[in-house]
Amino acid sequence: MLRFIVKRVGLSILTLVIVSVIIFLMTSILPGDIAKQTLGRDASPEAYEIWNKEKGFDKPLVVQYGRWMGGVMTGDLGTSFKFALPVSEVLGPAAAKSAQLAIVALILIAPISILGGIAAAMNRGKKVDRMLTVGGLSAAVIPEFVWGVILILIFGVVFRVFPVSAFPNEENPNLINSVYHLLLPSIALLFVLFGYISRITRAGVIEALDSDYMRTAVLKGLSRKTAVFRHVLRNALLPTIAVIATQVPYLVGGLIAIERVFNYPGFGNTLLKAVIARDFPLLQSAVFLTGVVVVCFQLIADILFAVLNPRIRQRVTE
Amino acid sequence: MSTTNIPTLELHDLEVSYTVRGIDRQVLRDISFSIAPGEAYGLVGESGCGKSTVAFAAMRYLPRNGKITGGEIFFEGKSIVEIDEGDVAQLRRSAISMVYQNPSTALNPTIRIGKQIAEVFELNGASKSEAIERAQAALVQVQISDPAQVMRRYAHQLSGGMAQRVVIAMALASNPRLLVMDEPTTGLDATVEAEVLDLVRELRRDTGTAVLFISHNLGVIRNMCDRVGVLYAGTLVEQGATADLFNNPSHPYTVGLLRCIPRGGLHKSTDRLDTIPGTPPALGTKFDGCVFAARCALVDDKCRTQPPQMVTIDGAHVARCFHSDKAGSLPRSVEQIEYVPEAKGHSTKVGDTLLDISHLSKVFTQDGHRIRVINDVSLTLGVGETLGLVGESGSGKTTIAKLVLGLVEPEDGGIITLDGKGLAKTLNRRDVQDIGGIQIVFQNPDQALNRRHSVTRIVGRAVERLRGFSAQSSIKRAHELLLGMRVEASLHGARPVQLSGGLKQRVAIARAFAGAPQIVLCDEPTSALDVSVQAAILNLLVDLQKQDQTSFIFISHDLGVVRYISDRIAVLYLGRVVEFGTSQRVFNGPFHPYTEALLSSVPNIDGSTRKRIPLTGVVPSPSKPPSGCVLNPRCPRKEGSGYEALCETEEPNLTEVEPGHFMRCHVPMAKLKQLQS
Repeated sequence: MLRFIVKRVGLSILTLVIVSVIIFLMTSILPGDIAKQTLGRDASPEAYEIWNKEKGFDKPLVVQYGRWMGGVMTGDLGTSFKFALPVSEVLGPAAAKSAQLAIVALILIAPISILGGIAAAMNRGKKVDRMLTVGGLSAAVIPEFVWGVILILIFGVVFRVFPVSAFPNEENPNLINSVYHLLLPSIALLFVLFGYISRITRAGVIEALDSDYMRTAVLKGLSRKTAVFRHVLRNALLPTIAVIATQVPYLVGGLIAIERVFNYPGFGNTLLKAVIARDFPLLQSAVFLTGVVVVCFQLIADILFAVLNPRIRQRVTE
Repeated sequence: MSTTNIPTLELHDLEVSYTVRGIDRQVLRDISFSIAPGEAYGLVGESGCGKSTVAFAAMRYLPRNGKITGGEIFFEGKSIVEIDEGDVAQLRRSAISMVYQNPSTALNPTIRIGKQIAEVFELNGASKSEAIERAQAALVQVQISDPAQVMRRYAHQLSGGMAQRVVIAMALASNPRLLVMDEPTTGLDATVEAEVLDLVRELRRDTGTAVLFISHNLGVIRNMCDRVGVLYAGTLVEQGATADLFNNPSHPYTVGLLRCIPRGGLHKSTDRLDTIPGTPPALGTKFDGCVFAARCALVDDKCRTQPPQMVTIDGAHVARCFHSDKAGSLPRSVEQIEYVPEAKGHSTKVGDTLLDISHLSKVFTQDGHRIRVINDVSLTLGVGETLGLVGESGSGKTTIAKLVLGLVEPEDGGIITLDGKGLAKTLNRRDVQDIGGIQIVFQNPDQALNRRHSVTRIVGRAVERLRGFSAQSSIKRAHELLLGMRVEASLHGARPVQLSGGLKQRVAIARAFAGAPQIVLCDEPTSALDVSVQAAILNLLVDLQKQDQTSFIFISHDLGVVRYISDRIAVLYLGRVVEFGTSQRVFNGPFHPYTEALLSSVPNIDGSTRKRIPLTGVVPSPSKPPSGCVLNPRCPRKEGSGYEALCETEEPNLTEVEPGHFMRCHVPMAKLKQLQS
């Protein structure tokens, strides 16, 4: 098992190195002169040169990349052009905010989607199943920011039961108030992810329901309910949980739009600002951080798969 | 046996339908039979005739689209058709158990074996610790070695035979009065099958449980059951005491089934297998007359218009046929092929050595362990000859086929020559002629044929590639080949999914013959087919061989089939040839101790009792072969042979014990002959 984990971690690190190179190259070849953008069109050519030298943009790309990676390792992500603050001080709090939103969203999405999937599977082919499936898929085709706007209109503007902003306008909001503000964006994300997760759950549960071991369980004399609980859910859901782990990165992507709509000072909003302002140090690190999150959750999903399935667990142990 | 008159299970005019696309299709019609306490009742028939439906109906476990549309099922005199789910569950908990065809999938993959068995005891009120204890005792009862350790394992860590023992232990845990066994040994090796059947026999003797035993294997049924029913198209066509039914089959279907089987002594050189013409009716077909009329050689107008009733043959032996008196003289069904052979690349004549394999070895590396799956195998195959490869699973049969095909590269030192010419070790270094010269027919045509291509395209492409024909002449040749394999012209545009299993295998054979092969490897080509279809395919292969002297390497776990079709046979154990000789020599003895055990494990369809020579223990892992003779820990003839010390320390060589008969054994042939007489 340890060997398997070490191998997977190694692969993840390799992935991140490749990702970092790609990010670096992409930001380096973006059109537009950064110096001109930052200092304005009227600055003298010498000023541009001095600025470039100061920021290290006159060095060869390899050196620039080395400096950036060295910084990433030591926690020094450089200084944001726009905010004139260390990147870590800009990204840190924003990422924490986003994490709060993601956690609230997941706590809402995972159980509801899984229950939906189980309900659909248990009523396969019946009305409940069709309603959940069609409803889930229909909801998923509408992007999260459209859902966001619709939800704000209905619950924020017309009925005024939820705040239109996801961020409380107070100094030190308590937990309940924070969560309350995060509910509407979470529901928007739920609408988009429900179809997918419930679909996967449904497929897993149906496969387990149709399995020979489920037949064995029923023919042993277990009641259907007990058989489902003991033999189906364990086999069907544990992989589903791992699938949800792979969906976390998507959540990060969904957050970017949602945070904008709900005016939430999270990671996505910051990323957007960095793009608009061509704030390179901030942009590079923000995109790289996204990569780290994606790779980490993929790693967690892989390890979960292995741990939950005795067949794989055995193989990787031997 | 109990003296009570109430049967354990009684079906009375049972009718079951499946709803397919909104239409009710009848799968069982008027099934009536009963099983007395302690009795074993066998149900035989080909696939799709409704055997499993009977089993699941008796368990009150029909598929979602299945329903009982008429008749009654009585368990110990009480109807169980109408009782609610709770009562059904109670019945399954305490009175009726089932054993399934695929034991490894019947066990939950994520729950430890011990817990799965203990669950049954808990259901019946045992405490957790008591249940665990009794689960272990149950494993002892089914003679599993090291039960404490097995309790902690998961399903995938068990061999097929062990998994089936576990399933049986689970089934017996509730002390059932009825045990339903649905193809319990299908898919297991002959030796394992024999052990499982022995176990079932012993348990029946000890527990007196009534058994409904379902199998397509007539030999197994004959050996296991007191009475037998023959099912065809969801109808019971014949029923009687096992000996009566097998000795005096009185329904044309039963007669046909028995004649299809290549049983002891039959050989392709002298005997042609009977087939049952036509195909079984589709699910839900409606019949005016006899269900078997369309395929019956004794059919007349009455059979087509009037459904026959069961008539008494002799005592309890009944058959549903107007002509049961004539059934024994059913005309033989003989079909001929119209295959046009092509000129082959070789110049040799029948009997000359075509393929020479010498000192072939193969080592696989897995997790750092070197596993020698093939160890110094040397074999020869003559022109127009069939070489049978037999042995338990894991003995290396399929790996040898792959080595010959060039799909797996042999270790240095191994040489394969075809027609005197050395063959490249791997496929991509062989020329088209060599590739076309050695072709293969697989066990499962479903997976071997491209689902998206038409039958013509599948065969035509092979002709084009292997023979270098133009597109047009390839199609022409493909049609010729298909017609030769008796695939009608109307089916040439069909896709594999539209064909029956037998037809698919004919297409696969046509494809193999596309390159005018010198050798065709047949890897369990009939194992997935019904016996009547198997007979037709075997006849086809024999005809093909007669017409153009193609040589076959024939791999099968079915010793009857191998004996029928092979001229020479190699018996493999742990990647080694332990015996090699003519079909007659190998099957008539004196045998290598392993061959002896293998042969004695086959259930005999003739009903003659034969002492089983058991192989003790399990097949050792090829990564850690035993020292000395690899068979010695399991050898039935080691003890008392006088060669024990030698067997345990030195591996015997394959030596010619009589002209053309090779054996790998320290015990001299005269001694073996004496021990085996």
